[in-house]
Amino acid sequence: MSTAPAAPVPMVNVQIDGVWLQFPKGTRLIDACGQAQKFIPRYCYHPKLSTPGNCRMCLVEMGMPKMGPDRQPVLGADGRPEIAWIPRAQISCAQDVSEGMAVRTDSPMVQECRKGVMEFLLINHPLDCPICDQAGECRLQEFSVEYGNSSSRFLERKVKKPKSVELGPRVTLDAERCVLCSRCIRFMKEVAKDDVLGFVDRGSFSTIACHPERTLDSNYSLNTVDICPVGALTSTDFRFKMRVWFLKETKTIDINDGLGSNITVGTRENKIYRITPRENNDVNGCWLPDSHRLNFKFIADPARLTTPQVKGQPVDWRSALSITAELLKAYPSQAIAMIASARMTNEELFLCSQIAKTLQLGDRVDILPRTGEPDGILIPADRNPNTTGARLFQVAAPQPGARLPSIADRVRSGSIKVLICLEDATKCGLTPEELAASKCTVIAIDILPNATTRLATVLLPGSGWVEKRGSMLNLNDRLQRLNRALTAPGEARDDWEILRDLLLALGGTQNPATIESLFQWMASIHPEFSGMSLSKIGDLGSPISSMAALPANAAQS
Amino acid sequence: MAYTVQRPKLTFAEKIYLPSIIAGLAITWKHIRRMLKGETKVVMQYPEEKWDAHMPEHYRGAPTLVKDDHDRERCVACQLCEFICPPRAIRITPGELPTESKFSKVEKFPQAFEIDMIRCIYCGMCEEVCPEQAIFLRKDYAITGTSRAEMVHDKAKLYEMGGVFDGLVHKWNPEK
Repeated sequence: MSTAPAAPVPMVNVQIDGVWLQFPKGTRLIDACGQAQKFIPRYCYHPKLSTPGNCRMCLVEMGMPKMGPDRQPVLGADGRPEIAWIPRAQISCAQDVSEGMAVRTDSPMVQECRKGVMEFLLINHPLDCPICDQAGECRLQEFSVEYGNSSSRFLERKVKKPKSVELGPRVTLDAERCVLCSRCIRFMKEVAKDDVLGFVDRGSFSTIACHPERTLDSNYSLNTVDICPVGALTSTDFRFKMRVWFLKETKTIDINDGLGSNITVGTRENKIYRITPRENNDVNGCWLPDSHRLNFKFIADPARLTTPQVKGQPVDWRSALSITAELLKAYPSQAIAMIASARMTNEELFLCSQIAKTLQLGDRVDILPRTGEPDGILIPADRNPNTTGARLFQVAAPQPGARLPSIADRVRSGSIKVLICLEDATKCGLTPEELAASKCTVIAIDILPNATTRLATVLLPGSGWVEKRGSMLNLNDRLQRLNRALTAPGEARDDWEILRDLLLALGGTQNPATIESLFQWMASIHPEFSGMSLSKIGDLGSPISSMAALPANAAQS
Repeated sequence: MAYTVQRPKLTFAEKIYLPSIIAGLAITWKHIRRMLKGETKVVMQYPEEKWDAHMPEHYRGAPTLVKDDHDRERCVACQLCEFICPPRAIRITPGELPTESKFSKVEKFPQAFEIDMIRCIYCGMCEEVCPEQAIFLRKDYAITGTSRAEMVHDKAKLYEMGGVFDGLVHKWNPEK
């Protein structure tokens, strides 16, 4: 028996604020109202989590078709069913739309309900907004202004709860601010699969707590801070560092693994304060691992490389690049090798491939593979963000890293005399002592000092991932865009500009002035990108459908 | 379309100017007479003499920070003044109060608070926006310095100028 094609989802008629609309069966009422541009306030409802319906903020007035004695809906003068309104308000988050359903999202009853719910939620709230980090992006603040009362009738003493509780190494709880929406509990149970949070105590004294023998130490713990609608869960790292309204938000992607999670980088005056996930249901959903979002401190490292150097002496860019080109021209191509990086963008890897072609490097070019255990939630085994790009442009072996041992051997034996390093070569099978002993001329492009840059004859300072614009291909052949959130320190330049100028100095003819024109050049040679441009990629990226099948990579499986 | 301006028709008295000159001289003579009789005083010998005694209650001088009657700094580094300040004269570096502090419940305080008095326009928005009643415009108006750095008032200077404000806000009192 063959499998039948999936039946189309039937549509149902729903009346929202007097207007009849159609929605697919199974749509949540709260989402249907949202699609009809009638926003319903909510605290506990999150589309990616289960629905407990405990905050009561999404109350609406609901009705069903009036049934006649024949169990058929009674039709009104307009041919539509007459509505029998339910006398009590219903929560719209735990209700799917059904045929003939009607809702009023802003009737006097609904407004009164919301006022009442807001008043209850604020009874024990400390109202310490001037201190609270959530101020500015707090649902309690927003809904209080939109739907609440301007003053409190509560004269009794507020319940005091613990403040500044370290739930885990990265999350701090302020129990007084909590509205008991249970989003964090459900997230830890359903998404992070680490059920450590729960409610303890009763009534007004209810509070969030961690299992007594555990801490909230999951690698996804900071997502609870993102979904917390109030300031109860705060990031220990970002706590009291900067008010959110000062942050300039740049949409870019994460580079800690092959997934390329979509992120928003919050900066002020050229300093990163926090990284938060950006919703993209084709990539990372709404989530981001803690290890990835906290890995931005190195960008502001005072040791960052800021000036081009030749033999340890600072030089200007023009002489640095001409010296590099002379060095490369002085040796036969058999004596040159390149270690590219799968942390570079497509544009940079494309320029690497052009340099490799000009220098006829053949098989003396590869990338440093990075792998780890996949965590089964978001993080894949490949920890390089652009392995797919490196393989597409053939600056990596079909099995990334497979050529590194032979390159290392030839450096040790002295047959390779010039090494172009876009990664730390001492992590590619060579020890720093071996590299120093080989008398190999090292041309390094990097952002931070390491064993290779210390040995480098020519050192060219590049840019970090939040300092450049470009594109990357993730493990699922999805083309995603990096955007610039910061400017690089000192004289450090965009890596693609360094590589372009190097290619020109080696006799290249193309001189793209902007990253967009570089992309066009790349697209003219690689048909995978034809019809695309950096702008067309969009904030959510777009899948590359015409991707040529690349040989299987054992590291990815 | 052309528009012809009509020239005013001057009388003979206006044409010879003399009546106007005499009228002007009369006003001058009147003021000289009143000054000689001591009826008017137009010069104040600054800085020996100052306006301070005559300043109105609502005068907006230099912004300062104040402490409350428990010697607690009222400012909690919410940075609203930094946000509202039209010439961007205010700079705050927020910090977390240590748990052993007497006021640890307040959690947050300004590690550094700087007002650049070259930039300040004395508009008073910082005072108006402050939710903690921590910043007040006092009556100091003669803010001088010999370098730009000297014109930036740091936290110590701001508290020295502001002093103590025994005020209305008791929200951090644990009994309240």
